Amino acid sequence: MASTAVVKSGPLGRLVVWGLFAALLVVLPLLFRSSLALTMLSQMGYLVIICLSYNILLGQGGMLSFGHAVYTGMGAFIAVHAMNLATKGSIPVPLVVVPLVGGLAGMFFAALFGYVTTKKSGTTFAMITLGIGELVAAMSLMFPGFFGGEGGVTTNRTYGAPFLGLTFGPQIQVYCLIAAYCFVSTVLMYAFTGTPLGRMLNAVRDNPERVEFIGYNTQWVRYLGFVIAGFFAGIGGALATINFEIVGASDSLSSVRSGGYLLFTFLGGATFFFGPIIGAVLLVLASVLLSEVTKAWLLYLGLVFLLMVMYAPGGIASLIMMNLRVAKFGKLGRLLGWYAVLALTGGLTFFGIAALIEMIYHMQLNEALGPVLSFLGIELNVKSAASWLGTVVVALIGVGLFELTRKRFALRWGEVQGEIEAAIRAREAA
Amino acid sequence: MSTAAPCAVELKALRKSFGKTEIIRGADLAVAAGERVAIIGPNGAGKSTLFNLISGRFGPTSGEILLNGQRIDGLKPYEISRMGLARSFQISNIFGRLSVFENLRCGVLWSMGYKYAFWKFLAGLDDANRRAEELLHMIKLDRKHDVLAMNLTYAEQRALEIGITIAGGANVVLLDEPTAGMSKSETSRFIELIREVTVGKTLLTVEHDMGVVFGLADKIAVLVYGEVIAFDVPEAVRANPKVQEAYLGSVLADAQAAEAGH
Repeated sequence: MASTAVVKSGPLGRLVVWGLFAALLVVLPLLFRSSLALTMLSQMGYLVIICLSYNILLGQGGMLSFGHAVYTGMGAFIAVHAMNLATKGSIPVPLVVVPLVGGLAGMFFAALFGYVTTKKSGTTFAMITLGIGELVAAMSLMFPGFFGGEGGVTTNRTYGAPFLGLTFGPQIQVYCLIAAYCFVSTVLMYAFTGTPLGRMLNAVRDNPERVEFIGYNTQWVRYLGFVIAGFFAGIGGALATINFEIVGASDSLSSVRSGGYLLFTFLGGATFFFGPIIGAVLLVLASVLLSEVTKAWLLYLGLVFLLMVMYAPGGIASLIMMNLRVAKFGKLGRLLGWYAVLALTGGLTFFGIAALIEMIYHMQLNEALGPVLSFLGIELNVKSAASWLGTVVVALIGVGLFELTRKRFALRWGEVQGEIEAAIRAREAA
Repeated sequence: MSTAAPCAVELKALRKSFGKTEIIRGADLAVAAGERVAIIGPNGAGKSTLFNLISGRFGPTSGEILLNGQRIDGLKPYEISRMGLARSFQISNIFGRLSVFENLRCGVLWSMGYKYAFWKFLAGLDDANRRAEELLHMIKLDRKHDVLAMNLTYAEQRALEIGITIAGGANVVLLDEPTAGMSKSETSRFIELIREVTVGKTLLTVEHDMGVVFGLADKIAVLVYGEVIAFDVPEAVRANPKVQEAYLGSVLADAQAAEAGH
């Protein structure tokens, strides 16, 4: 699993990928026209920026930050005040540059706090970010004038003269602004990975000690990476402000928010550049859609995170890349059957366990609605022993069958990887 | 030592204690530019500590370290590195998740003045890329260009370790047991490689293998209990009664066996 070969793509391939990305940003709102879809797409747009900026720390620099919401949040607050001042006519800041104002704010605070946090790496770094996160969250309650107290700070995005005919009143126009920033920020952050500083950040992640002996101050490398991540985090925060027209400290600066960025960046995949993009999409799907479907959504999320950390620490992106590699060597066909069986047994397991969870939740929270609940089209009764027994049996059979297939699949997977390694060695020797 | 040309590396009454334990007790050494010096000594004599002091991993308790006549004791490793001193490690110390080429390019970047640049693309740094390719060829890993460093064999990782060390073009090179853990045939090939890539440089190496010592070094420094008790050409060191006293036994016997084998 560790042997993901370095993927090389020519300039043409890269152009095609960026073209597809831009096309996707344009086409998606045309395909999904409902207002819910548009809201979700807007959120995905700025969360892509935020998760990618977080991955500059986690994936590229090996810095496990528990306080990224500080920089998105401060970006959001400075943006909201900039918008309100501009509305009053105190400062000439049109809405289209507000994200940049947020970015500069994020950068400023990253430069300020990062000086302390990046002095250390590893566990100490993680602890300091946690501390600063709590510190800023606590401070926000002490300055209600700036942070708006419990109610937060509201604003109106439709101030000033229209920009190229856009007033940014309708959601679709806001989406356009977000999509444009999303595209440019993604291109810039990708470009960063190909610069000397970007590469040295990887080197610091892999082996900070050695970096010191090839002329680089690791602290300074981490610090600069941190400040750049803060800039893009601030842009994301400002776009969120424009989207919602309100910022609240208890939400925007909270450690729960920071934890969310960490969790979904990891789920998407921190080892590949595009992983956090998947993570951002999942974050919106989970918090908007899954939370509608079930009250227990955070529990499912926790389970998925747990399984991912244990079985696929490279996230979804690494699962995709590993299978692409298998496909490149023409061996995917041998695994497809296994995937089908895994999906079947996994589905059964999920069905049993989810039914149990839903029944327990129903008992605890929806007792007043009667003992019957509908789960994926099946009537379950929390007062009937048959329902409980049935779901437990389904869950147990599911787990058993899944484990059985998973072990065999692991063997087969190992075989295929071994063959690929051998093929690569043969190619090198030739 | 003459005042005209400063020594490449000079140690003056160098001391280092860890807690109450004094590891280096007043070591003196003056290595002229271009010399190849092997540092030998029994286990626990402080050889690795000496390297860690010179390269800035630790600061000395007292005494002076001079690089080309300038004080470097107490400086940070990266400051010493920028002044033209590079070191390798006993345990391979490479960038595991970067390709072999990227490892070498990282070693090159600072010396070519690219520093912390984030407004230039690596792909466009022709001089750095050319230098990294040259290094790749020098350490004979051309075929491993895109292989992740952690997937290399042990001997290949040792070669990459040397490659990263010399990448920045330092004039003074410290190699800490470069052939540790290698087989006999690998060792002799590797010594050849080290000789090739360090031509014209001042070389200090810690070595246990006496064959390597006699094959590589112009002069030998003998470190015993944190002091340099002898520093001379190999023949003189072997004839030195103090060395014989300290070394009576295994190492000297090894040395003679190696000599006989030549």
